Amino acid sequence: MADNEESEKEKQQEEKEMDTLSPPKTAEGGSKPGSAKSRQGSAKSRQGSAKSGSPPKTPASGKGSAKGKPKSSVSKTKEPAEEKKEEPIHVEGPGPLADGPLPEGCQPIFLATKTQELFEVTCGEQITEDHPYKLVKKEDILADLRNRAAVCDFSVFKPQILDYPGEEILLIYDADFKHGQNFVIALTEECKNSILHPPKAEGEGGTGEGGEGGEEEEEVEYKYIPPVPKDWVSQGSEKEIEEENVFETRPRIKISIKRVRREFGTPVEFSDRNVADAKDGYLECTPYEDKTFELKAMEIDKSVQAIPHYDNTGTQTDWKHPRNSTTQYMAREFDDKEKKEAENAERMGEFLESVAPRFDLALQQNEIMNVFYDDWMGLADEDGSFGSKADNHLKEYQSFTDLQFSKDKTITCIEWHPTIKGVVAVSVSEKMSFDQRIDQAAKVIMNPSLILIWSFLDPIHPQLLLEAPEDIQCFKFCPTDPNIVAGGCLNGQLVLWDISAHAERLRTPRSNRKKTSNTLPGFEDESALDIPIVRYCAVSSIDHSHKAAITDLLWIPDHMELNRMGIPQENKQQQCVQIMTCATDHCVLVWDTRSPKGPSGGDDKGIKNPMGVPNTFKYLDLTWKPHLKVTLMKSEPGGDHSPIKFSIQEKQGDRSVLAKLESQSKEDKSGGGGGGGGGFGFGKPGSGKEKRTLQDVKTHFYVGGEEGEIIYVDWMPQKDQDSGKILTPKPDFYNALHDGPVNTLQRSAFFKDIVLCVGGWTWSIWKEGVNSGPILSSSASTKHLTAAHWSPSRAGVFYVTREDGSIEVWDLLDKTHEPSLVQSISSAPITSIYPYQISSKQHLLAVGDNLGTLHILEIPWSLRVATPNETVGVSNYFDREVKRRAFVVDRWNFREQEKREIEAEHKRKAGIAPNVELTEEEVHYRMKQQYAAFLEEESAFLRELGLKEDIDEPLPEV
Amino acid sequence: MAEIEETIKRLQAHKGVIGVIVVSSEGIPIRSTLDNSTTVQYATLVTSLCGKARHTVRDLDPANDLSFVRIRSKKHEIMVAPDKDYHLICVQAPSDA
Repeated sequence: MADNEESEKEKQQEEKEMDTLSPPKTAEGGSKPGSAKSRQGSAKSRQGSAKSGSPPKTPASGKGSAKGKPKSSVSKTKEPAEEKKEEPIHVEGPGPLADGPLPEGCQPIFLATKTQELFEVTCGEQITEDHPYKLVKKEDILADLRNRAAVCDFSVFKPQILDYPGEEILLIYDADFKHGQNFVIALTEECKNSILHPPKAEGEGGTGEGGEGGEEEEEVEYKYIPPVPKDWVSQGSEKEIEEENVFETRPRIKISIKRVRREFGTPVEFSDRNVADAKDGYLECTPYEDKTFELKAMEIDKSVQAIPHYDNTGTQTDWKHPRNSTTQYMAREFDDKEKKEAENAERMGEFLESVAPRFDLALQQNEIMNVFYDDWMGLADEDGSFGSKADNHLKEYQSFTDLQFSKDKTITCIEWHPTIKGVVAVSVSEKMSFDQRIDQAAKVIMNPSLILIWSFLDPIHPQLLLEAPEDIQCFKFCPTDPNIVAGGCLNGQLVLWDISAHAERLRTPRSNRKKTSNTLPGFEDESALDIPIVRYCAVSSIDHSHKAAITDLLWIPDHMELNRMGIPQENKQQQCVQIMTCATDHCVLVWDTRSPKGPSGGDDKGIKNPMGVPNTFKYLDLTWKPHLKVTLMKSEPGGDHSPIKFSIQEKQGDRSVLAKLESQSKEDKSGGGGGGGGGFGFGKPGSGKEKRTLQDVKTHFYVGGEEGEIIYVDWMPQKDQDSGKILTPKPDFYNALHDGPVNTLQRSAFFKDIVLCVGGWTWSIWKEGVNSGPILSSSASTKHLTAAHWSPSRAGVFYVTREDGSIEVWDLLDKTHEPSLVQSISSAPITSIYPYQISSKQHLLAVGDNLGTLHILEIPWSLRVATPNETVGVSNYFDREVKRRAFVVDRWNFREQEKREIEAEHKRKAGIAPNVELTEEEVHYRMKQQYAAFLEEESAFLRELGLKEDIDEPLPEV
Repeated sequence: MAEIEETIKRLQAHKGVIGVIVVSSEGIPIRSTLDNSTTVQYATLVTSLCGKARHTVRDLDPANDLSFVRIRSKKHEIMVAPDKDYHLICVQAPSDA
């Protein structure tokens, strides 16, 4: 059967259906009663056609497949009990022991454990509540009865068992003791059967003894079997379909309607007319009752077939091939001709004329003032000045004192750890004069001299104690290796410590202490014992050391080193290896920490001596000598200067000199050879051949003396013309400005030629190169000034400490006649001060007093943050002061001249001097005369003092 | 020709003026006191921005028109005077005061 044909038919019939809905006027859909039937038929035929049209698609499930295939379920047949005893007997339906009385022939029986084992019916193991049935062979029971006689549990039913007709006897486990015993025995065959074949199968149950083998158990396992298409077999449905089909039985009616061609599209005119005029002008449609619809459809034959809907669709996406592509564009530009044209266009002139004034206005506005200036920022700046806000005082942050080691001692020096934040070291010393010291020598010797290293994390216990042979007056961490500490002793010796073994402790304090705090109460270690004491690992030779207390110490910046002649040379390793010290024994010494014998010294570094002291500087211990000595002779006879402080121009970390050298050597193309090894103990000092000289390093340095004098001297020794010895030259100048020993001599952090000097009751600021005097000096304070330090962050600020325990803060841009701020910190005199920038938000000021307390103060915002252009402002201020200095010198000369003139005037008036101008010869003669008079007077004076013998005196020739 | 020269010179004489550019309405530079690449950048970017600004003004009120644009940046102030055929751009670094 062709599907197409069928579908066509369907269509037709559908049309018919449609037709039947409309009034029965249409030709085909006549008002036959059969039309309804035909419709039903068509529906049926459709069903049929669909069925027959798609035979392979008929669902395979259902009857056909069920018939043609074996059962998909797998049945399990139960094996007879005789063959497989282990298999539990399963009985469908409720067991006979469920409730009610025991069926006839059953008796409760008690089986002991032994019996259970014998018959393999152990309760709960071989037999359970779920599988309570067990068939036991009669022979076994009989054998048991024979063996155990009365002991056997079955002896009670011995006669019944003997009479039992079957081979096997059924035992039923009665877990709940429903019938009084743990088992029930079926003593008759009927009873056994009725239990094993429950009452549901009434008739079948009684088929016989062999029935037990027929027990079936069905377990259905579903498995997918794909449907197999089969040939369509006609069963008569196609006839039904054919019956339902309606075919055209009469020829179609053809009607043709004609119109004259010329009448096509002719204009039509409409007009009113009377209906009655024309004959058929009016047609009435009167309602009438149609008999056709009186027949009621009582029964309808309808059929519906559902066929699965099949849909084949496809899509295709086309794959775009990825490709690299670039685009380049060029801004459009006019060529010269076009430009000229545009420029010369008339519009241009008008445009410019109209537009230019607006620009003038806007530009002028911007010139006059910045409209967008942030006033708030400006206000904040104002706030920062002194006296306007609360936040301009030093705030106590923390204070450290150790009852055992630092109390009642004086703090001589403070140093912040260069790398670990929040670690500060102080050196303490006995508060005794020289005489007292001698008197109490025993006590002094007994007490260790220490440097205490504190951490902010523990305000009670110092983290580390550095032991020194004598009280330390000053000390410094090595800037390149913070584990090396150099200290200057009271007795003039230079000491070195190596704290690398304890660096970890400083970095993570407390961790060690916590462990020990777990010990039993009463058994704790003394906290003092807990603090490691580091012994010095090298001390300089007493004979070659200073003869007085070392008062100042400096690690020579790592980019340079001094050779024996004091010539600054490049330091290839860029590690601080040299130390400069000064003491009141009239000299400044330069020490080299490297082994004088070369690298061999470092070989036995691993071995430690009994004191646990690292051997880092063993080669120096007790034999260490300075390699350069700068003696400070006075320009005039009468002793030497006693230095207390000194200051060199080169700064640690400032590589500008090296950079300059580098650029020079590049120009010269005469770069030096390689340097020595790294680290302490390596490299030989003084072998200056391969090292380049740093020409730009200023070898002149400032020294502050005991008598309050400022000395400016060259450390490079020169050949003395009189004696032929190599000696330090006489100072370039010196100025005894201060009225007490200089206690601070420090370069500004911002200007390397500006030096702050404090001594006695005054302070002064010097500029290198201006030798006539300080560019600024203070008036005498009411209190003795003890120390000072430049602010690390503000160019014009420095802190000066006083004997009465207060700190003066001077801001050169604020006022120079009095301190901007005076704040009392301690009741005892302050001995040292050291500001430090922990972070940009926190600057701390370490202040040590005479009572051994280290105060850590927080520097307020106003003293921390530089005002805009502060450095420039301060620099300008210094420049002005330098100019003033020059003017002062000028005035000096002027006054001198003036004085001379006045004198001459006086003389002239007195008639001593001739009024006329003297000739040069005359002047010369006069001067000679004066000189002779002076010599005479001098000799007379000396004679008077008895310092001069008359005879020896050769009179100078005149 | 002389007029354009003169105007540019006058504007350039003001304090802090970095450059003056005359641009056609399409953003093609006609005359500039800046180097070529900067000029091209200013010309294209500022012209497009000006177009946007003009749209904004005209959309708000069709009878209105843009007459002057001032862009204040951290470093500079860019001033633009748009017109039918030409734009004049001026870059100034304002005084710090």
